[in-house]
Amino acid sequence: MAHVVIPPIRRLLTRWGIHPDSHKFPAAGLDIADAGLPPLLVLPLSQQAGAPARPVVKVGDHVLRGQLVAEAVGHVSAHVHASTSGTVMAIGDAPMPHPSGLPGQGITLRPDGLDRWVQRDVEPYPINLAPEEIARRVAAAGIVGMGGAAFPAAVKLALGQRSSIHTVILNGSECEPYLSCDDRLMQERAGDIIEGARLLLRATGAQHLLVGIEDNKPDAIDAMKLAAHPYPEVSVVRIPSRYPMGAERQLIHTLLGVEPPAGGRAADVGVVVHNVGTAAAVWRALRHGEALTERVITVAGGAVAAPRNMRVRVGTPLSWLVERAGGLTREPARLVVGGPMMGVAVPDLDVPVGKGASGVLALTVAEVGEREPSACIRCGSCVVACPVGLMPLEMANRINAGELGQAEDIGLRDCLTCGACGYVCPSRIPLVQYFAHARGELMARERERKRLDEVRELTEARTARHEREAREKAEMHARRKAERAAAQAAEAAAKVSATQEESA
Amino acid sequence: MEQMITAVMSLAAIGSGLGVVLGVAARKFAVEGDSRVEEIVAMLPAANCGQCGFPGCEGAAQAIVEGEASPTCCPPGGKVVALAIAGHLGITLGDDDMEEAPKIAVIEDAICIGCTKCYRLCPSDAIVGAMKQLHGVFAEACTGCNQCADKCPTGAITMQPLPATAGTWVMPKPVMAA
Repeated sequence: MAHVVIPPIRRLLTRWGIHPDSHKFPAAGLDIADAGLPPLLVLPLSQQAGAPARPVVKVGDHVLRGQLVAEAVGHVSAHVHASTSGTVMAIGDAPMPHPSGLPGQGITLRPDGLDRWVQRDVEPYPINLAPEEIARRVAAAGIVGMGGAAFPAAVKLALGQRSSIHTVILNGSECEPYLSCDDRLMQERAGDIIEGARLLLRATGAQHLLVGIEDNKPDAIDAMKLAAHPYPEVSVVRIPSRYPMGAERQLIHTLLGVEPPAGGRAADVGVVVHNVGTAAAVWRALRHGEALTERVITVAGGAVAAPRNMRVRVGTPLSWLVERAGGLTREPARLVVGGPMMGVAVPDLDVPVGKGASGVLALTVAEVGEREPSACIRCGSCVVACPVGLMPLEMANRINAGELGQAEDIGLRDCLTCGACGYVCPSRIPLVQYFAHARGELMARERERKRLDEVRELTEARTARHEREAREKAEMHARRKAERAAAQAAEAAAKVSATQEESA
Repeated sequence: MEQMITAVMSLAAIGSGLGVVLGVAARKFAVEGDSRVEEIVAMLPAANCGQCGFPGCEGAAQAIVEGEASPTCCPPGGKVVALAIAGHLGITLGDDDMEEAPKIAVIEDAICIGCTKCYRLCPSDAIVGAMKQLHGVFAEACTGCNQCADKCPTGAITMQPLPATAGTWVMPKPVMAA
């Protein structure tokens, strides 16, 4: 294992970010428990970034664990597999973890309790597989980024194959408060993670593997260093703890000192970033032939009796998880799927967790700490906190005035919506909500503009069709008229010749 | 005498030369009407529904360019078209004269008699149906131009806002304290 240390000067020059209370304990100090099988599972069809998957089973079908139940549609999408054996009860609208609280498409599965797997292809030495075969099997296992964004892992690998990648970064920073699922995973399954990461390294053709772990997780760093010891291409790096260290660009800059261009990808600087959970899932998929059917989730928050990290089947409802964590001690002020900074607030405990959910939080009033926003005092705290170097107050002002285009000009597209600005704002202005609103609005306008363009095409096609039909009709009339005239002329001629013959 | 001829000849030469230049320029750089009208027509949905109160989309474009109508006068186009036109002409739109969510035609199954009047009228072929068969609307192709609803003999067609789904939902703008 090569020893890599971040230059102190880079540490000193890094000014962005915030240091929220970590709240990682007691969950971070306890081993991962098994959440077990709930009475009903709902597999969301849209639990990955990109297009929703298309169901390939029917209501009433019996499926086995790891069996494909919905296939990827289009270029950016991922397969969905049954997370246990059981019967498909319904396919259709079900409560989903979405900020709108609106339902989404899902497959409801009733477990039969046997938890039987489909045929699994065990591969003793997956490191010998060809890079394309690794990417193919990662896609077949339905693996998505496990850090929260749920970007299909195979798509990322394909992007890597197109541009030349020299470094794979494994993201073990886990900078969000409360969450400790990656921390526990690194302590308990360090071997799986390193082996999976070496497969990712092979699939992308990169030479170096850097594992970035924040210095508030010393046990995880030790465990990962031990697991990485035999491999010279792997380095485990201690990185400073600050939020949002786990954001792709910030992590790349901290580790390598380079920054991908605005609007560009990490691959533009020869880097690809994967979460540690993704690496572990890749190892399970290639070595043991297991599709992604479970993940580790932190169940925590002030309203939860016994916070704990759990191995959870994809599609398990929140209510089951909260119950397994000892239930609620008081009425939560807010329920969140994901981390407290970037997670999704959900209306009730009926929603299921997807592949990208890293936490389930039941937060108390004191923890949410919501207050009425007051006017901006132009203190500039948000500008200092912004990890991208934007001016959140200026963007929010423009969005408030309805000038979305201007907000875009000063960097709305580069915003990570990490929430650091809103966290430090002394006036408690919901800055991220402004940015999320503006982005959604711009996207909705773009969608509507495209739709109207298509309708225009339809209208023009219809007009053209009508003109053609009218022309053809007119031509036909003209032809018939000509034919009739010709027929009449012929008749007349025949008559004339007949009378001539008669007279003759 | 000679001087006079020189002057007349040279002036005639200059005059005819310039005349030729002007004639060529008039043909080459000819502007047929206001080019902005055509540009605006290209932005409008081309439904020619007449809801704006002008004769067709071209009439509306003329009125918008001349400042007689607001860019928001087109209900099928809605916010998107209004913003595009306003941006093109450099007009600022007020917040309040913006149309709300786009609307589309919805056919009430129980009242539709299958008369095919609506589907023959629809400018974007958004309605499908046959004689004495229940008609349906392709939501993606409907601009909500209201022509079908005007002609429906039983009043089965109404304009309703597009249903919100998780895919089209937009985070609401935060309410700011004064």
